[in-house]
Amino acid sequence: MDPTKKRQIRLVTALSAAVLLAVALIYTSFNAANDALEPSQLTARADGTYDVTGKVASDSVERGETLRFEITDRDGGEGVPVAYQGIVPDPFREGREVIITGALNEQGVLVAEKDSLITKCPSKFAEEHGDDPNVIIEDA
Amino acid sequence: MEFALAILIVALVAVFVSVPLRAKAGADGTAGTVATADPELAGLEARKQTKYREIRDTELDRAQGKLTESDFKRQRGELRAEAISILKQIDARKQALGPSDAERKADAEAERPS
Amino acid sequence: MNALGAAALAAALLTAIYTLIAALIGARSGDRRWVDSSRRGFYAIFVLLLISVVSLESAFLRSDFSVELVANNSSTTTPTLYKLTAMWGSQGGSLMLWAFVLSIAASAVLFATRHSHREIAPWATAVMAAIATFFLGLMMAGVIFTNAETYPFALLAAGQVPAEGAGLNPLLRHPAMAIHPPMLYSGYVFFTVPFAFAIGALITRRLDATWIRSTRRFALIAWLFLSIGLALGARWSYSELGWGGYWAWDPVENAALLPWLTGTAFIHSIMVQERRGMLKTWNVSLIVTTFALSLLGTFLVRSGVLQSIHAFGESKVGLPLLLLIAAVIIGSTLLIISRLDDLRSERRIDSLLSRESMFLLNNLLFIGLAVIVFWGTFFPLISEAFTGQESSLAAPWYNRYTTPVAIGLLFLAGVGPLVAWRRISTSNLRKAFAIPISAALVAAAVIILAGEGLSEPIALVLFVAGAFTLAAVGQEIWRGTAARRALSGDSVPVAFSTLLTRNRRRYGGYIVHMGIALMLIGVAASSSFQTSTDVRLSPGESAEVGDYTVTYVRPTSEVDSQEQKLVFGAVLDVTRGGEQVTLLNPAREFFASSSADPAAPLRGFFEGEATSEVGRKEGVSRDIWTAMQPDLTSFDPVIAEGDELFGRLAAQLDLTDPGAVQALADQQGAAIAGLGERYLNPATTPPAEFRVNVNPFVIWIWIGVIVGAIGALFALWPGAEARRSRVSNVYAAKLARELATR
Repeated sequence: MDPTKKRQIRLVTALSAAVLLAVALIYTSFNAANDALEPSQLTARADGTYDVTGKVASDSVERGETLRFEITDRDGGEGVPVAYQGIVPDPFREGREVIITGALNEQGVLVAEKDSLITKCPSKFAEEHGDDPNVIIEDA
Repeated sequence: MEFALAILIVALVAVFVSVPLRAKAGADGTAGTVATADPELAGLEARKQTKYREIRDTELDRAQGKLTESDFKRQRGELRAEAISILKQIDARKQALGPSDAERKADAEAERPS
Repeated sequence: MNALGAAALAAALLTAIYTLIAALIGARSGDRRWVDSSRRGFYAIFVLLLISVVSLESAFLRSDFSVELVANNSSTTTPTLYKLTAMWGSQGGSLMLWAFVLSIAASAVLFATRHSHREIAPWATAVMAAIATFFLGLMMAGVIFTNAETYPFALLAAGQVPAEGAGLNPLLRHPAMAIHPPMLYSGYVFFTVPFAFAIGALITRRLDATWIRSTRRFALIAWLFLSIGLALGARWSYSELGWGGYWAWDPVENAALLPWLTGTAFIHSIMVQERRGMLKTWNVSLIVTTFALSLLGTFLVRSGVLQSIHAFGESKVGLPLLLLIAAVIIGSTLLIISRLDDLRSERRIDSLLSRESMFLLNNLLFIGLAVIVFWGTFFPLISEAFTGQESSLAAPWYNRYTTPVAIGLLFLAGVGPLVAWRRISTSNLRKAFAIPISAALVAAAVIILAGEGLSEPIALVLFVAGAFTLAAVGQEIWRGTAARRALSGDSVPVAFSTLLTRNRRRYGGYIVHMGIALMLIGVAASSSFQTSTDVRLSPGESAEVGDYTVTYVRPTSEVDSQEQKLVFGAVLDVTRGGEQVTLLNPAREFFASSSADPAAPLRGFFEGEATSEVGRKEGVSRDIWTAMQPDLTSFDPVIAEGDELFGRLAAQLDLTDPGAVQALADQQGAAIAGLGERYLNPATTPPAEFRVNVNPFVIWIWIGVIVGAIGALFALWPGAEARRSRVSNVYAAKLARELATR
């Protein structure tokens, strides 16, 4: 076969493969993605599994076999109760931003998937510091 | 305090970076002239080195049984012909640049650890 | 000291501007004096930034809280190592690090090329000076526009200097986390060098392989830094509880993978240009992409835009960085388009079965992988832009696409070295592939017979690909040694070491391939065959986890006044078939917190920062990994009682009297120590939740990384220069003879 023609065929094959992959990528990503919501948007939604991003409300954390807490929007507002089982990441604490995957049950409790609680990479915590810690533990 | 310090530092830097610029006054022949090492020549030298490496790799490939004898002979023949043409171009370029430049180039080559 | 650092920083900006101008004058006029002056400019920037960095670090060491950066990121109780590394936890400090590393890389490359590249180097200097000006300008803009965030030497007004700094987050107090950010940054920054030379080559139309020869070492160094940075991030997350798994942990880590992928593609494809004069457009495009992705990585870390789009406006460096990225992409693209004529290939690919076409395939796969990771990482932004609804992709989506590509790349890591340049004949093909394919088949048989392979087909394929590649690379090295012996008659070890040291690039690269194969085997095994169990145990109780029996032997507790922490831990005895395997000591550490509620000092202690110390036994075939969380609900009444007591005590005391405050703090310390005793007392020890993981083959991930790093170091180690010129002299003599006889 004519080498230029051969090259053209190769090029067309490669390009169509790339286009196919791109289409698959785009199509599946819109299907596979969980909508990321803030807690306040959650109540308006029907059933379904969502990634909920928000702040852990202060004075809401109850530890035990099931971890219970409330999650609010970044700017505060009404909290949504969460029931969670699984690993609790170390950075988890009141006031910190978390992402959790789960669905609302009839009681309006967000029942989270096991081990779905994620806190963000702590390299961004620096800005949260500000006030001055007291020396609590003295040398014996 | 900080301002005075900054002025002092900037002055020191100015002295340091302007050394080559001030060399104009004492023109020693090399400063100020255009490119002593010819980029054309540098490119050819680079191609020469790569070509040598290519020849060496071909030999290694044959020794490891990755190339058939006939492929090897053909490839080495081609590579050598290319290398020779590069060497000729280098010679021609050196001629064109004039003897002084070519010699300086050769001297620089000789100074390198071999 | 602070004044010196600040003055040096300001002078560095002025010098960078001068360097840019001098380099441009030199590049346009061809006047060596300006070029030499601009080179000296970069040396000066390096020295000035060194002074700045040293003076900032000394402020950290002296705990000089008049510097805002120090007050916000360090404290007197911060351990010394973390005082030194706290610098890059902040906006200003990390910009400073960027500029400093750039001055090192630029000075090094300008020194190395001071006698060559008369045309390209001045333009490259100008590009690097422009980037240095940008970053230094960003820092100094902090002074002019009084947003102290980007200016590392911002001072607090005399009255506002705190007695104690905010300290470094305890979670970041891990050696891997201390080195992880500067490694990633150095990786990003070192890609500036090949980028700048590529731009210089484009401008001057000197598009042969000379710019690649002079800068490929820097690309390799950048690659090595990025690899180490990524591996340290992984290592750190393995020591933490609940890091979220691959892909999901933090988009910033995915972003660091992007330039790594395109950079790896670049390191491979430049070999094709050097050897065959092909792929010129592709190579300049790749390095531009890699550099743009490096800037993007910096931008993502510093702007937090992926955490939430709302963070963007709050960041002072987001917009300027985005503009720089846009300028780099648009400028480079226009430049490449205008030089398309000069970028034409000197040759075409002879055969699909040749090393160059393997390199091309490898490049396509790496780019494909980069596209997948890019799309997944930026999907929250993309979906918000198109549908108005932010949504995110989880690990299964990534795995669906990345796994097949990774398998393909792993096979190619073995196939590539087996195939000769230009073409390989069928008979040679058989000779080259027989052993690696048999090795792959044997591996498949062994795994299937062992009984676990078929349940996890993806892991099986990855193992087989890994076995193939290890065998292929092993055979390459062995045959090379044999060929060398046949030539020189040396003993095996001598032939082996001369083979490797005389072909550092080739065999260094092969060693990296082995490392990657080991690493991917570790990743596949540990993610497919992990057993994970949650158990709740009191002292004396035990539980079965896989083949292992885990017994909670006794609680441990410790109070550390240096780091201000209280540790509750457990000793676990792990046995298998009645035989003791190891004793593990997982613990949970509670840190005295800056934001603790003053009205509830004890409660605040447990709601502040806490970290898990993982108890881990690493082994060749499996790691046993445990983390614990004591259930402190039974302590609640005691803590509440204690807090009430403190409330009453504090009300009675005059809190302006330092003695009284001290007495209160002493009481608090005693109460905390009391809680520690209560924890140890068998009658009151609370039960604890344990997560026990048995992770097979994890250690091979780290071994693979180390092998790969050694390979990369071996490949870029200089010293081959002298030998290379000796070899070339031999060939020159040969060819001269040939010329003479014609």
